[in-house]
Amino acid sequence: MTDVLSVTQLSKTFPGVRALDGVDFTARAGEVHALIGENGAGKSTLIKVLTGVYAPDAGELTYKNEKVSFATPLDAQHAGISTIYQEVNLVPLMSVARNLFLGREPRGRLGLIDFRRMHREADEALRRLGVRVDVRRPLRELGVGAQQMVALARAVSVDAQVVIMDEPTSSLEPREVQTLFGVIRMLRDRGIAVIYVSHRLEELYEVCDAVTVLRDGKLVHTGPIAELDRLRLVSLMLGREIGEVREEGVTKFSGEHAPGTQPVLRARDLTMRHALHGVSVDIRPGEVVGLGGLLGSGRSETAKAIAGALPTDAGSVLIAGTPVRSGSPPAAIRAGISLLPEDRKAEGIVPGLSVRENIALAALPGLSRFGLVDESAIDKIVDTFMKRLRIKASGPHQKVGELSGGNQQKVLLARWLAMNPKVLLLDEPTRGIDIGAKAEVQKLIDELAGDGLAVLLISSDMEELIEGSDRVVVLKDGTVIEELTGSKVTEDALMRAIATTGGSHD
Amino acid sequence: MTGTVLSKAKPMKQPEDPADTEAGASRSERVSALAQQHGALVTLVVAVIAASLSFDTFLTADNLENMAVSSAFLAVVALGMTFVIITGGIDLSVGSLFALGGVLAAWGSQYGTAVALLLPLAVCGLIGLVNGLLIARSRLAPFIVTLAAMLGARGILLSVTDEGSKTYLVDKDTFFATLGQGKVLGIGAPVWITLALFVAGAVVLRRSRFGQYVYAVGGNEDAAALMGAPVARTKITVYTLSGLCAGLAGALNAAWLVSGVTILGSGMELEAISAVVIGGTLLTGGFGFISGSLVGVLLLKVIQNVINQIGSLDSAYQQVVSGAFLALVVIAQTWLGRRRRVL
Repeated sequence: MTDVLSVTQLSKTFPGVRALDGVDFTARAGEVHALIGENGAGKSTLIKVLTGVYAPDAGELTYKNEKVSFATPLDAQHAGISTIYQEVNLVPLMSVARNLFLGREPRGRLGLIDFRRMHREADEALRRLGVRVDVRRPLRELGVGAQQMVALARAVSVDAQVVIMDEPTSSLEPREVQTLFGVIRMLRDRGIAVIYVSHRLEELYEVCDAVTVLRDGKLVHTGPIAELDRLRLVSLMLGREIGEVREEGVTKFSGEHAPGTQPVLRARDLTMRHALHGVSVDIRPGEVVGLGGLLGSGRSETAKAIAGALPTDAGSVLIAGTPVRSGSPPAAIRAGISLLPEDRKAEGIVPGLSVRENIALAALPGLSRFGLVDESAIDKIVDTFMKRLRIKASGPHQKVGELSGGNQQKVLLARWLAMNPKVLLLDEPTRGIDIGAKAEVQKLIDELAGDGLAVLLISSDMEELIEGSDRVVVLKDGTVIEELTGSKVTEDALMRAIATTGGSHD
Repeated sequence: MTGTVLSKAKPMKQPEDPADTEAGASRSERVSALAQQHGALVTLVVAVIAASLSFDTFLTADNLENMAVSSAFLAVVALGMTFVIITGGIDLSVGSLFALGGVLAAWGSQYGTAVALLLPLAVCGLIGLVNGLLIARSRLAPFIVTLAAMLGARGILLSVTDEGSKTYLVDKDTFFATLGQGKVLGIGAPVWITLALFVAGAVVLRRSRFGQYVYAVGGNEDAAALMGAPVARTKITVYTLSGLCAGLAGALNAAWLVSGVTILGSGMELEAISAVVIGGTLLTGGFGFISGSLVGVLLLKVIQNVINQIGSLDSAYQQVVSGAFLALVVIAQTWLGRRRRVL
């Protein structure tokens, strides 16, 4: 097999993050190459370098035996590198055929578009991919799967040598996934290099020939996928050796809680199209329950569904036996559920406001009388939590944007604790904060559980998850596949559970 | 889980075809699409029939011709506006450009027809080009940019007419005046010119590659850019086109009135936007058509004419009715759009 597109010693640094660190990667003609890694591993950065979105800081890009550098995505496209994004990037109001041919419409006399020919060719192009639709219909009348196929047809029809697919199956039905796989195999047989990004292990083994694993911006493995078993793959992704004896106490968790007997939170059969397929979780007061699983397994979705931040198709959430109206964050907050979201910049912190204002934001309705805010009550709460959570700021009036990541996270935590929650959902509470602050946040979680709070902990940091949790519920493709309790709460058991075949919803 | 997924799917003719599951949903969508495309036309026909039955003076050759000619100028402005709105933009400068174009044409007519036409086209086209450059290259909001151009053009107009006190006249014997005053087959020349422009505009929008880009930019700008569409160039072109249309409409209007009237054109931008939206073009961009805008203009003019015919109604009510009508159309569009999952 000939190398089509390769990079050597590629590095890319963003302020504060080394996203890619001397990575080698080669896509070969007629090969489906899986590119995998957890969050922050550098997959998307690598793809963006390959497609001309980012320029690398160091390293070389070789395409068809020539050194190249793509200034824009358009350059890469013209050279024959097509990308299919996770979200369909087409124009929904335009017809299927117009989308397929935008910018290269067949033209007849007077330079006018020859629609008859365009429709015929569009129809043929889609039929070759096994899709039969009326190409004159607006794109948005098609299902997501068929739209994805149109994007694929467009990518292939521009004489692509390399087709990059970024999680193409994340919104497809199982049947549509099979159609997509058929097309991928067809592309491979035509000698096209396919780069396939996905978090679904089953898919990788079904359709890919080679695999490259990235972790923390570094290449950790590359080779034929057949030579790598699932367990090994998972351990490479997560950076943990199977059976490796680990010293306890790397984290600040005591691991000792005295949970109550009756669960305060009961989430039953949470179902959400393409994301969750009947997830149930119980948490008792004073208990920390970890949600394990790979990226895309439905961890964040479960937390958001419980907090009402994402609408569910089915399922129920009960707090102390009382049902909570689904899909309504205010109802969840009133019931005593607080969610600390994964992306604190986008979904939590208001950087331009002060520490005091950020903490009081959610609690304001309870601190107001006749629409007027009770200032002294706020001062008291802010003071209490700044001390209790050891928030390092020059004072309550410092802007949150000026604080460190760890202190920002504590401010958010204070905001939700000010609501007197019964259940605290923490989605990646220590991501992106420095080690000292991390230890402090971990210690706080421990203390909060000790005070009788029910805590749901999501973390990509295995140590944190294993040592912080009393129980770990393992998710895979939106389904609970295992629950680790007692002495079974170990990294080994977690990795084995994730690597197990099955558990997929199809 | 597969069981629940399949049980939700509609009966399928060919199980291996993923798109077939959607076929059932599209019938009501198509009805909505038809309503959106031809609703204005149906309303126009109803309004014309009702007006003919109610007023003897409505369906007379004179009245119809009069309406047609007075519609022509707004229609040319709306033609350019249609392109702008389909890209998801807006052009508030056209009313001022219309007045400026008229004055420049009337002034230029003393140097011949060529000057009378080219001068307003050059000036208004240039202002449109600047609008486009600021919007596409400097990424400023169309609303603000064209609002500034509207004020600026009004200023230029005042400066060339001594604060609006000077009215340039067009010599009735020139060919330029014939463009406004002349008749072919009993119908005024501006009507024929407008029809020709609409045919050309429709061909460009539907059948040219540029037309596809116009729809793509308005439909999903990011996707259009990723697909390699020249987004900036498309935007610059539509605003230039809109400026040219406004200037030409002003010139034709001056030829028809045989003078450059400075007070015309204020509020015309809103009338043009109303006509385009009533014609079925989405204010959010990505969907619309040229013929609809013509129907929208005619509908507005018929309503105005009917209110004029009702002697007891103050002509100020024209605006109330036009406004109410526009609100109705937008509500209907939003409703149809929601049913079709557009908005």
